[in-house]
Amino acid sequence: MWTLKRKTRGEALFDFLNTFGMVLICFVTIYPIWYVLVNSFNDGTDAMSGGIYWWPRQFSLDNFGAVFRSEGIMIAMGITVAKTLVGTVAHVFFTAMVAYAFSRKGLIGGKFYILMGTVTLFFGGGLIPTYLLIRDLHLLDNFLVYIIPVLFSFFDLIIFMTFFREIPEGLEEAARIDGANDWSIFLRIVLPVSMPVLATIALFHGVYQWNDYFTGMIYINNTDLQPIQTYLYRVVAESSSNQMMAAVPGGVTRSVTSQSIKLATMVVTTAPIVFAYPFLQKYFVKGMMIGSIKG
Amino acid sequence: MERKIETSVSDLPSERDGKARKWWKKLLGQRHLQTMALLGVAWMFIFNYIPMYGIIIAFKEYNIVDSIANAPWVGLDHFREFLQDDELGGVIRNTLGISLIKLVIGFPLPIIFALFLNELRSVRFKKTVQTISYLPHFLSWVILGGILATWLADVGIINNILMGLGLITEPISYLAEPKYFWGIVITSDIWKELGWSAIIYLAAMASVSPEQYEAATMDGAGRFQKMFYVTLPNIRPTIAILFILAVSGVLNSNFDQILVLRNSLNESASNVIDIYVYQTGIQQGRFSYSTAVGLLKSVIALILLLIANGVTKKLNNTSLF
Repeated sequence: MWTLKRKTRGEALFDFLNTFGMVLICFVTIYPIWYVLVNSFNDGTDAMSGGIYWWPRQFSLDNFGAVFRSEGIMIAMGITVAKTLVGTVAHVFFTAMVAYAFSRKGLIGGKFYILMGTVTLFFGGGLIPTYLLIRDLHLLDNFLVYIIPVLFSFFDLIIFMTFFREIPEGLEEAARIDGANDWSIFLRIVLPVSMPVLATIALFHGVYQWNDYFTGMIYINNTDLQPIQTYLYRVVAESSSNQMMAAVPGGVTRSVTSQSIKLATMVVTTAPIVFAYPFLQKYFVKGMMIGSIKG
Repeated sequence: MERKIETSVSDLPSERDGKARKWWKKLLGQRHLQTMALLGVAWMFIFNYIPMYGIIIAFKEYNIVDSIANAPWVGLDHFREFLQDDELGGVIRNTLGISLIKLVIGFPLPIIFALFLNELRSVRFKKTVQTISYLPHFLSWVILGGILATWLADVGIINNILMGLGLITEPISYLAEPKYFWGIVITSDIWKELGWSAIIYLAAMASVSPEQYEAATMDGAGRFQKMFYVTLPNIRPTIAILFILAVSGVLNSNFDQILVLRNSLNESASNVIDIYVYQTGIQQGRFSYSTAVGLLKSVIALILLLIANGVTKKLNNTSLF
């Protein structure tokens, strides 16, 4: 067998360099995140002199204490959790429902519906006309602006349809003979056998909801309705860290600086994604495959 | 025979009436399915098609208090204004500059990364590298902006290292100087998306049959030769399709990213079309003007997509549609 052939010197060198290069890429990927992590666990004032690369110099949990005591940050966190949960369930259910209807053979008007959706993949109204619509629908400063305008996605619908068409027809026929209508077939048969694709779309939409800062930035003025990413945007991009200090009860303590609170907030915001990541990995790889075959 | 008699007796319909009746019956049978479908159609009508209608304000002088229909027509005035605007040159330079560099460097890198990843012998190590390389894709640009601001700060790690090595004597405020902006945008984008963009290529590589590699080995091909003459030709259709999409997206700067990294000091290098549309529209309230600029951009992007699709179809026999 050719695989059992002794490696030549060139082959061995190639393998060594390739492995080394990959380790280097992994390091470059992880280290910037690690740097933020160790600095967030360090005393804020001490960190100002820099030089904390591998491990906290003066270990401290004060930054996180300050984050969890800040009412503004906690409210923003709550909004993010709420919009991610509600938005993801609503998006997945609604898009799957429409996709199920669109995927049925002989649906009257089906070709037209799909054409109508395909157009939206190539052309859209753009920023201002969308803004005017949201305003006219009274969704400004309204929690529902996080949910309704992203309830549906034609792109996700295509992924759902690809999956639904693979479901054996016999499964449906049997239920229909038992007198089930389309709603109960969708709810009791199609959804349960489609868990992998539901999980994939839920993951993608969940990450979108968790990470989106723009919606909160242009449609929401009420700070009690802004998600944590919008909150952080205002701190990071508008450099208004002082606002962050003001939000912390007791104001500036000796060991906490605006920079160290910022880092701790970033860590708290990112932690759920990093923790959930290994468990969800198998779903998004699968989802990318379905998407790429289609797209 | 029996059926024929039955229809002629029951209502003496013309054949057309029979068809219509059948159609109505079918529709009634689909009422649940149609409800589901029409909910989706209604959503698309409201959230996709009403904004498309709203584009007509690009040809009108729209103000907040009036309705879109009542606003007076101004023809192509807003387009003319944009083409004569002092900022036009800078906007085009920044948009195309950033996108073209991303295309030249950022497009091939994931392919090269995937090619080398594919050559790893240990499946476990390969999986580990993949897992780590996808991770940044799931971080938001706000978080990444925060990480970059920390790294590039006056007391950040970059300045610390450069000063430690004696390469600079004073810390540099990277995000405050336009000349560093493009570099920061392109590097951070590659850092975030390298692993993720490689997924599709890796999937295409997984479907290459092992016989092809065995045959190449018999012919005495080395690792590089196999990568170049076996793997690469096999993923050419995938590359072609992603290239079409990349070319049609050259007017799309990464809005989320640039909005986070820009500030008033680096404006001369960070003002791209999408930012300009956002600034004039949302911040200055020039709704009609901003819509006109956005429309011009979408139309050119659509034309680019068609051209790229046509060219790849000719050269490569692969196309998006």
